Amino acid sequence: MSVLEWMPFSVLLPLIAAPVCALLPGRLLPWLLALISVTASAVIMAFVLPQALVEPMRYFFGNWPPPIGIEYRVDAVNGFIGLLIALMGAVILPWGRLSVNREVPERQGLFYALFLLAFSGLMGITLTGDAFNVFVFLEISSLSTYVLVAQGGSRAAPLSAFRYLVMGTLGATFYLIGIGLIYILTGTLNMVDLAERLPAVADSRAVQAAFAFIIVGIGLKLALFPLHRWLPGAYANAPSAVTVFLASTATKVAIYVLLRLVFTVFGLEFVTSMPFAEVFFVLGIIGILFASTWAIEQDNTKRLLAYSSVAQVGYMALAISFVSIAGISAGLVHMFNHALMKAALFMCVCTVIYQAGSPHISAFRGLGRQMPLTMLAFVLAGLSIIGVPLTVGFVSKWLLIEAAIAEGSWFAVVVVLVGSLLAVIYIGKVAEAAWLRPAPEGREPVREAPLGLLVPMWVLVIANFYFGIDTRLTVDVARRGAEMLLGASP
Amino acid sequence: MSPAMLIAALILTPLVGALAVGLLGRWPNVREAATLITAATLFGLATQLIGPVVDRQDVSLTLIEILPGLAIRFELEPLGLIFALLASLLWFVTSVYAIGYMRGAKEPRHTSFYVFFAIAISGAMGVATAGNLLTLFVFYEVLTISTWPLVTHKQNDAARAGGRTYLGVLLFTSIGLLLPAIIWTWVAAGTTDFTPGGILIDRLGPTEAAILLTLFVLGIGKAAVMPMHRWLPAAMVAPTPVSALLHAVAVVKAGVFTITKVVIYIFGLDFLANVPLEQYLVYLAGFTVVAASIVALKQVEIKRMLAYSTISQLSYIVLAALVLVPFAEIGAAVHIVAHAFGKITLFFCAGAIYVASKKTRVDELRGIGRRMPWTMVAFTIGAVSMIGVPPTAGFVSKWYIIAGAFQVDNYFTLVVLMLSTGLNAAYFLPIVFRAFFRDEDMAPKVDHAEAPWPMVAALTFTAALVILFFVFNGPIVDIESRILEVGK
Repeated sequence: MSVLEWMPFSVLLPLIAAPVCALLPGRLLPWLLALISVTASAVIMAFVLPQALVEPMRYFFGNWPPPIGIEYRVDAVNGFIGLLIALMGAVILPWGRLSVNREVPERQGLFYALFLLAFSGLMGITLTGDAFNVFVFLEISSLSTYVLVAQGGSRAAPLSAFRYLVMGTLGATFYLIGIGLIYILTGTLNMVDLAERLPAVADSRAVQAAFAFIIVGIGLKLALFPLHRWLPGAYANAPSAVTVFLASTATKVAIYVLLRLVFTVFGLEFVTSMPFAEVFFVLGIIGILFASTWAIEQDNTKRLLAYSSVAQVGYMALAISFVSIAGISAGLVHMFNHALMKAALFMCVCTVIYQAGSPHISAFRGLGRQMPLTMLAFVLAGLSIIGVPLTVGFVSKWLLIEAAIAEGSWFAVVVVLVGSLLAVIYIGKVAEAAWLRPAPEGREPVREAPLGLLVPMWVLVIANFYFGIDTRLTVDVARRGAEMLLGASP
Repeated sequence: MSPAMLIAALILTPLVGALAVGLLGRWPNVREAATLITAATLFGLATQLIGPVVDRQDVSLTLIEILPGLAIRFELEPLGLIFALLASLLWFVTSVYAIGYMRGAKEPRHTSFYVFFAIAISGAMGVATAGNLLTLFVFYEVLTISTWPLVTHKQNDAARAGGRTYLGVLLFTSIGLLLPAIIWTWVAAGTTDFTPGGILIDRLGPTEAAILLTLFVLGIGKAAVMPMHRWLPAAMVAPTPVSALLHAVAVVKAGVFTITKVVIYIFGLDFLANVPLEQYLVYLAGFTVVAASIVALKQVEIKRMLAYSTISQLSYIVLAALVLVPFAEIGAAVHIVAHAFGKITLFFCAGAIYVASKKTRVDELRGIGRRMPWTMVAFTIGAVSMIGVPPTAGFVSKWYIIAGAFQVDNYFTLVVLMLSTGLNAAYFLPIVFRAFFRDEDMAPKVDHAEAPWPMVAALTFTAALVILFFVFNGPIVDIESRILEVGK
């Protein structure tokens, strides 16, 4: 079989494995099956990306050519995102085993089945070239995610899951309405066909309404300010492994869908005729400033990181709002980089929960001495989110500021820098508690985390530095992706 | 070893030392030996580079490209060579001193202290050898972050508050002002390499250049030009060897070094001469010189007084660099060395007084010269150098700065220097007078003499350097004067 024929299996393998997983007994087998299928998916994507960079790979399901059948279309952009998601899955699953044993002690078969469904849903959204198929996979991943969030042990978990469900369903419905409208106007759901047919009807109110519906629908999914209200609760109350996975993948996929629909389907000309850039510029900036400030106020470190994620979405929105190759490639690079840093940070915090039992900042006191490796990892990943040189965060900030200066948008430069400085405060707050405060009196000494948690965490921390120094993969691929999205190259 | 390998060795040696110190933590004497050996090796390596730099060989090393067209690149030029020599020499002296201090003052956590100290030195070596702004920024931040655990070493409320101000101001200035200045330079010039003659000619208008220069001068917070000086007094909560590191060995020196380098190799003197608004920065630096001296006059804590004195002395260097004539640039470069020798002596003395007598206030020093003659003689030498009187190092640099100011009839600078000389005398000389010519108010709680011998040895050595530099400054000035040679 050629790479092309393997490509759909990066979605199908986890999807097929999911029901099998649900039936497997015990703890080890379901986890092992999930790990194998996710890793296989990552391996496939690693082979797919180099080919997709040469020219877009197209796979017709059941050999039905579009617009009759469904097409998977992989190019630089979604090959890159797909590889990112699969890799994150393959790093997070080994880490998750211990914490899942603790937090979801029973019926793990079902848990991992849901995890696989959520994973394959995200992969499907990324790889498909069909706008309605995006919706289908969106629902697969969303529904399974709601259940996963509800598995969090606390009493707030079901409520957070319900909130997420309401907002997520609203988003999906808006998206569906938008897709419905453009389907009525053009008679196709294939993205490439849509891109050809939409310009003819671009003047109609219906297309503009569809655009608005789609943007709001995806905006909910990616937690763009002010549509972010579901996110902190969902991240804070979900089981640890789910939090880490969601934080590093779910919003990234939503941004990808946004880029794909806005730039490939609706096209640059249409987008510049709509107030898209202005809206994203303003919302991005407000998101960066407000969410970072809220993050500073949080005493629950999981919530703190969740608000930081909302702020990071703001950076991506800001980068996209420049509608330039520099801006969009900065956004794509930041998606990749943010996945690395936020997954590492959430792993550290969740490891503290695993060892010390609480995500509250007071539980971090004195941990610098008691869990030095975990807290060192937190500080290093924190430096990355601040944007200190040699980390991926620095590369993101540099590209973003370069794009902003090229646009002459000094205001955006200031906001990005202020955002970094706010990150200094919220990361510093945790670091100071861990390293400079004595452990609370009467607490049992907390021990360093087991290797099963430490190794994946440090793999990510090292990745934060590796991709901060060797940026060939991220920057080059992102630039090609941005050129393609903006139609500068075929 | 080839020059490129030597550069790599300069940066890696302290890191290897840090690792060794960390592993040897269980055996204090072996651990301290590891620090000293590393420091001595580093100084030896730095001296190996004198030849190639003086012979104008290609002393550069290019590593990976972090961003397209932007590599991590090292290139050693005369100014960086002097900084590397200075930092490595003083690291050795400070380590000797620290062994006495940390044991004498019964400070906790010696191992982590020496580890972060070594990492900070590695950062300083990176700053000294950086070949472009990006590389310099990387190591500038390494220096910022690795010194935070040192500043907060005592881990009490005061240390946490001081650490917050320290990190807050330094990261605010570097990320908020310096980073955009660097990216702006990159966008405008298409390179950030340090090039003799500058890279911004014809790329920026005069007003833009003035704004960019302001971003640099304020963004390089380690130079402590007002209003970005708050971190320096805040960092005084740290143990004294750390103050020596901050004030003399690495941190503030990295700041003024960076400003001098930016003025000479990024803007270029000829270009800046056509930027009239640059004058405002001269006024700002001059204001800092005088204002910090006045604040120092009112301090009662010895270390805080020395901190404000440093702020004032650093702006001498910034001021001299901004006078934009060759003599003044040489003066700036020489003053980096001269101030380092003088200020490290003063801090060593303050720490010796603290370890021996637990005294930290200026008004407690009556008659202490009789108990601690070596320390107070060294203090006097350091103070005289700060004032700028012969036969000390401070005179040499002041001479060049004044000569430069006369060249362009910059009377503002002359007035600032005169005022500052008077103020320096006003806050240093009474201490010396009290220490030697007044009797103690009451007998101290503990009858004490000099501090432990490693401390006395270190401060005597640096005091000797202050005098020796006055006599034998020729080779250093000779090397420094090459910074103005425009490419061949």
